[in-house]
Amino acid sequence: MDELARLLVELGALFAGLSVLGLLARSVGLSPIPFYLLAGLAFGDGGLVPLNAAEPFVDVGAEIGVVLLLLTLGLEFSAPELIGSLRRHSSSGLTDLLLNFPPGLVAGLLLGLPWPAAVALGGVTWISSSGIVARLLTDLDRLGNRETPAVLSVLVIEDIAMALFLPVLVVILAGGGPLQALVGVLLALGAVLLVLLAAHRGGHRVGRLLAHDDDELVLLRLMGLTLLVAGFAQGLGASAGVGAFLVGLAVPTSFADRARRLLSPLRDLFASIFFVAFGLSTDPAALWPVLPAAFALAAVTTGTKMGTGWFAAARDGVRRRGRLRAGAALVPRGEFSVVIAGLAVPLAPAIGPVAAAYVLVLAVVGPLLARFVEPVAERLRIVAPLPVPAGAGRVPPRR
Amino acid sequence: MEIVETLLPGVGIRYELSTREGRSIGLVVHRDGEVDLFSYAEDDPDEATDTVHLQAEEATALAELMGAPRVTQRFADLSREVPGLVSARLTVEPGSRYDGAVLGDTQARTRTGCSVVAIVRRDDVVTAPGPDASLRGGDVLVAIGGEAGLHELGALLDEPA
Repeated sequence: MDELARLLVELGALFAGLSVLGLLARSVGLSPIPFYLLAGLAFGDGGLVPLNAAEPFVDVGAEIGVVLLLLTLGLEFSAPELIGSLRRHSSSGLTDLLLNFPPGLVAGLLLGLPWPAAVALGGVTWISSSGIVARLLTDLDRLGNRETPAVLSVLVIEDIAMALFLPVLVVILAGGGPLQALVGVLLALGAVLLVLLAAHRGGHRVGRLLAHDDDELVLLRLMGLTLLVAGFAQGLGASAGVGAFLVGLAVPTSFADRARRLLSPLRDLFASIFFVAFGLSTDPAALWPVLPAAFALAAVTTGTKMGTGWFAAARDGVRRRGRLRAGAALVPRGEFSVVIAGLAVPLAPAIGPVAAAYVLVLAVVGPLLARFVEPVAERLRIVAPLPVPAGAGRVPPRR
Repeated sequence: MEIVETLLPGVGIRYELSTREGRSIGLVVHRDGEVDLFSYAEDDPDEATDTVHLQAEEATALAELMGAPRVTQRFADLSREVPGLVSARLTVEPGSRYDGAVLGDTQARTRTGCSVVAIVRRDDVVTAPGPDASLRGGDVLVAIGGEAGLHELGALLDEPA
């Protein structure tokens, strides 16, 4: 077979395989992310099926996947939501950082990773998967619950914190000192504030620049602008993802709905390639030795996320059951943990297997925990069993 | 009656209200217009139960059923306040002489006595458009004026190029 034929066949087999895995994930009610990671582990060097011809495409596709993940994250954002979340839950966000970042950092140092990679592992354990959590809350009919605004606020704060964390990480992974990292975070903070302000004042101009009746033109303009900004950000030594995030922020909310609708299939496609690529870059044989460490880290950070959710929900006056639900909802780690780990892989390949195993465990355990936290807590007598309501089955009197 | 509004970042807005009977009900209005209707569990006031998902069009239909009598009444009140004043939605026909012109070209105010208060182009609304606001075929003008004047303006907009 010639090169093109092999490329197409490999990609076709890859996507077909992913579709089967996605179906499997759906039928058991889990996120497809861990399944895609497993698929990546199965392919490539040391795996079951080598993926040679498709590798250059997968590499580029993975980069685009990261850019699209962060672009759509920025599109989700609105300044009022950020301000509201910060006002009510800045202490929850701080608790989140203080509880969930150190375990990864310490574990990274204990595992003998270079310190910049240990910082990255701190980020891996810190950031919940907003994709999995939002999906989970919808699937479990919990959007109306009283603990849900607290959960979503923590996610929003994590998202903006990640936009500041990524540039710092890029600087220290490149060998920059604390001073350069500080400059990096200040620049990122300045850029985020500037873009938010600009979006507030002149967002409609960005909207007009992108808007057209024809979806195809809108998509091309959006991709053009995003890749240009992401490329320049990368060229300036920042992170391409942060550039894309800024573009997402700058798009006015009136236009963001349409942009999200147009982009989400593209994002899903390239994000799946990204997860596969991360799995590909990880040697399955290196997975076994780090499994105990990954499980221990998962156990510890399940506890710390439960604590974060408990704290955040308590601030909103939610009772114990709701606090447990909030904690469990925050446990899944997924796409952004993989993004952060992916940045550190070139410096310290050893972070790959740890992060992969960690995300695999929590992307599966998190949703299960969220679903079963209440009966489990009852069994453990953390919360009292539900009393049979006095008026069960009684029709309330009409007035 | 108090309605508590909570922003749900990334999702939409949640509204809660307690009825005089003592039931708490809530709805989550998603950004895309879908609506979840729910009540709260009796044994856990933090948990939403009996969630009903409504597609955007179903929510609109429900809102119309519940709000229609009141909206009609409001309209009636409005027109009573200013007798003889009517509003109309007039379409700029594609290919008409004003397709591609500006609002000032129509001389709507001097010729018909009507004011154009908004131009609706698909999802965009230009409120209080100036004389240099551009017109395109398919635009809908929201105009206010006397009944006769609005008829004249409608005919004007239909004039072929």
